[in-house]
Amino acid sequence: MDLTLKVWRQAGPDAEGGFKTYEANGVSPEASFLEMLDQVNEKLNEAGEEPIAFDHDCREGICGMCGVMINGHPHGPQDGTATCQLHMRKFSDGDSIVIEPWRSTAMPVVRDLIVDRSPFDRIVEAGGFITINTGAAPDANMTRIPKEAADSAMDAASCIGCAACVAACPNSAANLFTAAKMQHLNLLPQGQPERYTRAVAMVETMEAYFGSCTNHGECEAACPKNISIDFIAMMNRDYVKAQFKNFARAGQA
Amino acid sequence: MEEAAVTDTASPKLDARIPDGPIQDRWDNHKFDVNLVNPANKRKYEIIVVGTGLAGASAAATFGELGYNVKAFTYHDSARRAHSIAAQGGINAAKNYPNDGDSIYRLFYDTVKGGDFRARESNVYRLAQVSNAIIDQTTAQGVPFAREYGGLLDNRSFGGAQVSRTFYARGQTGQQLLLGAYHALSRQVAAGTVELHTRSEMLDVVVKDGRAVGIVVRDLVTGEVASHSAHAVVLATGGYSNVFFLSTNAMACNATAVWRAHRKGALFANPCFTQIHPTCIPASDEFQSKLTLMSESLRNDGRIWVPLDPDDRRPANDIPEDERDYYLERQYPAFGNLVPRDVASRAAMRIIDQGGGVGPLRNGVYLDFASAIERLGKNTIEERYGNLFEMYERITDEDPYEVPMRIYPAPHYTMGGLWVDYNLMTTVPGLYAVGEANFSDHGANRLGASALMQGLADGYFVLPATIGDYLSDWLNTEPVSTEDDVFVDAVAAVNERTEQFLAIGGTRSVDHFHRELGKIMIENCGLARSREGLEKAISEIKALRAEFWSDLRVLGTAENLNQSLERAGRVADFLELAELMCLDALDREESCGGHFRVEHQTEDGEARRDDENFSHVSAWEWIDVDTPQELHREPLTFEYVPPSQRSYK
Ligand SMILES: Cc1cc2nc3c(=O)[nH]c(=O)nc-3n(C[C@H](O)[C@H](O)[C@H](O)COP(=O)(O)OP(=O)(O)OC[C@H]3O[C@@H](n4cnc5c(N)ncnc54)[C@H](O)[C@@H]3O)c2cc1C
Ligand code: FES
Repeated sequence: MDLTLKVWRQAGPDAEGGFKTYEANGVSPEASFLEMLDQVNEKLNEAGEEPIAFDHDCREGICGMCGVMINGHPHGPQDGTATCQLHMRKFSDGDSIVIEPWRSTAMPVVRDLIVDRSPFDRIVEAGGFITINTGAAPDANMTRIPKEAADSAMDAASCIGCAACVAACPNSAANLFTAAKMQHLNLLPQGQPERYTRAVAMVETMEAYFGSCTNHGECEAACPKNISIDFIAMMNRDYVKAQFKNFARAGQA
Repeated sequence: MEEAAVTDTASPKLDARIPDGPIQDRWDNHKFDVNLVNPANKRKYEIIVVGTGLAGASAAATFGELGYNVKAFTYHDSARRAHSIAAQGGINAAKNYPNDGDSIYRLFYDTVKGGDFRARESNVYRLAQVSNAIIDQTTAQGVPFAREYGGLLDNRSFGGAQVSRTFYARGQTGQQLLLGAYHALSRQVAAGTVELHTRSEMLDVVVKDGRAVGIVVRDLVTGEVASHSAHAVVLATGGYSNVFFLSTNAMACNATAVWRAHRKGALFANPCFTQIHPTCIPASDEFQSKLTLMSESLRNDGRIWVPLDPDDRRPANDIPEDERDYYLERQYPAFGNLVPRDVASRAAMRIIDQGGGVGPLRNGVYLDFASAIERLGKNTIEERYGNLFEMYERITDEDPYEVPMRIYPAPHYTMGGLWVDYNLMTTVPGLYAVGEANFSDHGANRLGASALMQGLADGYFVLPATIGDYLSDWLNTEPVSTEDDVFVDAVAAVNERTEQFLAIGGTRSVDHFHRELGKIMIENCGLARSREGLEKAISEIKALRAEFWSDLRVLGTAENLNQSLERAGRVADFLELAELMCLDALDREESCGGHFRVEHQTEDGEARRDDENFSHVSAWEWIDVDTPQELHREPLTFEYVPPSQRSYK
């Protein structure tokens, strides 16, 4: 199939960016979206123009490295699908495709389609862990964990940290990411001792970088792992509870 | 190449420092015998960890907890994203929770045997010993392993193991284990014990007076090249399957770190021991960029077949039962579809090579769930493999509940790597290798769910206990200054190489050379290898390397983010490593594990091992790019698991 691409090009963080138009001809419907970009890059290199920079690694939807806006949708038109898993058969011959980086002041463009997602790491460093030194763990079957709790924690933990949620949000909020990271741990018995300190530390770090959530729900729709906004409600509950002083006296805030 | 005489004395370069005593006591005895660094002195040491996958993140976090000053480096944008994240199936441990007869000894035994008797018994025993602590540790970190209704951990059997010893988190075990290690690492970053450098690629190891003193790193965003010094350097940089271009590895996986270390004196062990995984989705066109693994667990319920008549082009479901060849069930009645990876891959490859493959490019075999669905119901199959079926459908646009999957063998894992002693130190003092980057525990073939176990064993438990032995010698010494000539020269050499890539100004992209290299390697150094093919490959690789250095085109500059430039360095190193892999495969005149020399097979086409002449580790020493490397041997002895021929008939 033959396609017309409008791609955001930006030489560096401080450079001015703009769209450039490229023709992608003879694209196989079997190709993945990123393989289509690979082919465009081959041709650009041949023609003496620098290839389009984009992030990617696993190309199976698990590492969260890829992610671009495709016709205004984070990761493109297919539900529950990361950019690398999207295939060209979802497009039609003659289509025009607009390809842009995630847009958010907290995550500036590094080059072309690549953005800096490091604020996500700061949120995790603030409290997205369970304090346990290597070697100090009890036997793994010592604590029984209801299957439901383990399953819900796993649902939250399947976040791949791609930042599509931020890109989709009209406020550039990172609540879905933060909530998923937090509730993975807060839902488990192992996470209880630090549950409320974690909630405060992560929420406050998130707020230092990102906008506020006003419940649009765009994040859930954009998430390639279909992570539920219910986790945001759980996060809000934990954060509010943490404000009560009796929690502090119980060593829980 | 000159024939080197076989001896059973180890090369003096290869002192494996294996402790004495009964195998059960060796690790404990060793921990008692090695020198320690006392808690108050740990903060006086600097340790560099390159790589933040399972092995690197677990090591860096643990060093930080112990009080060392750590600098960690990764070319990823976050420590949460290493290739480790893609592991699906699970992680082994000898917990014996299911009460089905497992034990440390059995895990040890299975791993030595599965590795086709080309791994060190002492290392493997230690691995099995620490395996249980990994499950305890990661569970305490909050890794959401699968559980039964009573709330206890669930186990499954994996890759044909006769016990259920595999722990898993849906089909995302690697992801969850990596997140656990990343959380632990993040805690140390916040505590200030670990300084983390993301989007930073190590491009050389710096060696002074024969020991590792630091590294040279390029900041992938600004292009700045800088050096970092430390008392010890740990490489946790993963495997080299991407030498084949098409593999199941993440796109960025590469051998630069280990190859640069090799060029600085670290011997490279068993480079030809690579694993080809039988269940991957076949390539669909020539632009294919990577191959996707379909978890091995599918073979628990899927049946593998091809049409009896290779020219039968009917859709799979129209081919009647009696016109199908369930060739694994036919050839290996005892194990059937659950034969080990190397055996399953070779059987598929034989059929595809003889023109019996299925699919539009005739490059696959069927993996059929129809009888399992009939027996167990669609729901059960969906519960077990739902996410894999979905992934398959996304890629191929075919519904595996309705039509059989098509699968194809693909390069997946490299057992070879930097040679390390029992302390995980390479032949360069102060330089360590952990995880897939070293050669240590899997011999000639890795069992399913054992790589995650090994990476985390190395990082959480082994290296933190052994590194003190070396460090204690350097108490109260400062790391070598980065102003020292060795660092200045190393930075200059890296800059010069970068300039060289940009200056060639040829016509071909990096990917072109990588693809060509991949074709040479898969054809001649893949599943089946012959003297003739390997010799041809070596001369083709040399020619391709020359073409690379004269016709490569890398546009842009070195002063900003330049992905072609990054890849140029990696492919340049693959072009050298590939030659060594072929040389090693040539030298190893036997078939064992993933290494199959067509000259060495039984009448019915099975691998023929040669214990008399090849029961050793081959470790290669770099001379220069034009001189064949020098071979050193570490003999292997088997006191506990007597070598036997593997048989799955
Ligand atoms: C699809 C797939 C499925 C798998 N499934 C399983 C399974 O179910 N069970 C199992 O046990 N094993 C499995 N494996 C194997 C296992 O995942 C890997 O062997 C293991 O994760 C390797 O971990 P590692 O820490 O050694 O390296 P990696 O995870 O590859 O990490 C390497 C790290 O080094 C960094 N790095 C590399 N070079 C440099 C450099 N020059 N400078 C700076 N940083 C650098 C990278 O950024 C990264 O952080 C699977 C492998 C694949 C491909
Ligand atoms: S490249 Fe890993 S999720 Fe897309």
